[in-house]
Amino acid sequence: MIGFTLRRLGQGLLVLAVMSALVFVGVYAIGNPVELLVNPQADDAERARATAALGLDKPLATQFATFALRALQGDLGRSFVYNVPAIQLILDKLPATLELAVVAMVIAIAIGIPLGLVAGLKPDSWVGRSIMAGSILGFSLPTFWVGLVLIMVFSVKLGWLPPNGRGETTLLFGMVPVSFLTLDGLKHLAMPATNLALFKLSLLVRLTRGGTREALLQDYVKYARAKGLTPARVIGVHVLKNILIPIVTVIGLELGSVIAYAVVTESIFAWPGSGKLLIDSINQLDRPVIVAYLLVTVAIFVTINFVVDILYSFLDPRVRLAAAPAH
Amino acid sequence: MKVPAALADPAAGTAQPLHAQGPWRRFASEFAESRLAMAGLALLVAIVLVAIAAPIVSPQNPYDLAQLDVMDSKLPPGEHASSTGRTYWLGTDDQGRDMLSGIFYGLRISLIVGASSTVMALLIGLTLGLTAAYFGGWVDTLVMRIADIQLSFPAILIALVLLALMGQGAGKIVAALVTVQWAYYARTVRSAALVERQKEYIEAARGLALSQPRIVFRHLLPNCLPPLILVATVQVAHAISLEATLSFLGLGLPITEPSLGLLIANGFQYLLSGTYWISFYPGVALLATIVSINLVADQLRDVLNPRLRK
Repeated sequence: MIGFTLRRLGQGLLVLAVMSALVFVGVYAIGNPVELLVNPQADDAERARATAALGLDKPLATQFATFALRALQGDLGRSFVYNVPAIQLILDKLPATLELAVVAMVIAIAIGIPLGLVAGLKPDSWVGRSIMAGSILGFSLPTFWVGLVLIMVFSVKLGWLPPNGRGETTLLFGMVPVSFLTLDGLKHLAMPATNLALFKLSLLVRLTRGGTREALLQDYVKYARAKGLTPARVIGVHVLKNILIPIVTVIGLELGSVIAYAVVTESIFAWPGSGKLLIDSINQLDRPVIVAYLLVTVAIFVTINFVVDILYSFLDPRVRLAAAPAH
Repeated sequence: MKVPAALADPAAGTAQPLHAQGPWRRFASEFAESRLAMAGLALLVAIVLVAIAAPIVSPQNPYDLAQLDVMDSKLPPGEHASSTGRTYWLGTDDQGRDMLSGIFYGLRISLIVGASSTVMALLIGLTLGLTAAYFGGWVDTLVMRIADIQLSFPAILIALVLLALMGQGAGKIVAALVTVQWAYYARTVRSAALVERQKEYIEAARGLALSQPRIVFRHLLPNCLPPLILVATVQVAHAISLEATLSFLGLGLPITEPSLGLLIANGFQYLLSGTYWISFYPGVALLATIVSINLVADQLRDVLNPRLRK
């Protein structure tokens, strides 16, 4: 178990190192930020001064070495646009993104698993069929367009929910601002979180339905029924327990994907999170912020994958044994 | 001619005549069992035809500035043109462009980008996956490790990074979509090929001393195709949706080649003032395209899955 954990940890760190090198070299290749920051009428001397001040006149290898050394100390450079440390900018915006992602995931779980269970227990009834038809729709609907339709209906036509922003926030544990504890915040959160949840909800419906249908054919279910257990107990305890292992894994892995797709939802609802910051930074060629966002996101991903791997091998020892040679 | 032979075969029983129809006929009849899938297929065919024939069926060439009338800007659906009296069935955008024509042309661009990136990703993934499976060893480890790492990140994140690095353009977005997709094919074809290469017909082909490329492409590949066809169908829908998303974020196609995503993005700024149709109808077209592909893919999944075959 320790060997497995260390090997996975090493792989994760390697991915992080390779990604940071790729991202740095790649970002270096986009246009010259000096052009955007310096007054267009500036002469060459002023341009050179700005280039030197940003450290852009040094060779690429030197720049990367400086970057890597500083990155290890938690310094990912200063934003060209805001002139504050890039990492601080990201960390300031990250709670908003994480709140959105977690609430979306909670919605997806709270609705997706029960619906999937119903569809799996009654696959041929009209309820089961409509749930599945709904999940095809949920898979097919482009997230950003659903966001627009939500705004169109609930903000423009009905005027119930605000179309943008985060609303009133309160401090959780005295340090992290969150929206879900105030009524105004909840109103602002409702549409973006639903929007972001839709795709994962459909995924969970399908996964739960498939798992339920397979579990119902197993001998332990027949045995539980033969013992005379109530249907509620057979389903609630025996079936649910067995289908939850793969579902928990998928939920863990999908949390990362929700954070990534928050880029789209945040752009639509002007949710002040890290995803919107990324899009703004790409448009403004704010290299340090792009690099910082990507590294923080990659780090979150590597961590999630690592935790899920460990958790899964804990729940199902066969994985740990099989993973000893190649994957 | 084959039917009497199948009937004469005493082992044929009642389940066999289906197979006697030949694989394509059987495939078609099994596919047609679902009315929903047939409706999806019909819709898809209609969409593709409209996209191909866009210059003929569109009431207006939406990108010929001489045909636009600024007086007609942001007219709601069903209004008439001020000069010609023609009806704008889906309204007009801020420049007086007929939305219906804009959607037909946008469909064309969305479908071309989606299909071409899928075909390229399929060819690259197929070659790498087959090579990895057939040769094994370090080639296999290298290719599959890269695929694994890539697949552990969501497609949109990789595409965003690539477009942030490369900049905008039709060629660049296709390149980004190919990069995002190849790993799915490589993984699918590899796992299919690993199963197939154990089978006797491959051993027989080796025993006949056929050349390696011939074994790989004439014997191994055709037997790996069913799962690939399925993945490709699903991926076309993903590619179209991803392109639309990226274009919506302003990182996809340039304004000179407006796909459905860009049309939707263009309408977004007018949405809060109640001018909904500029965003809404291109979205409906996008949705219809993706739903029809997914309906077809869903039925393909059942038909191509030997475990569910009756």
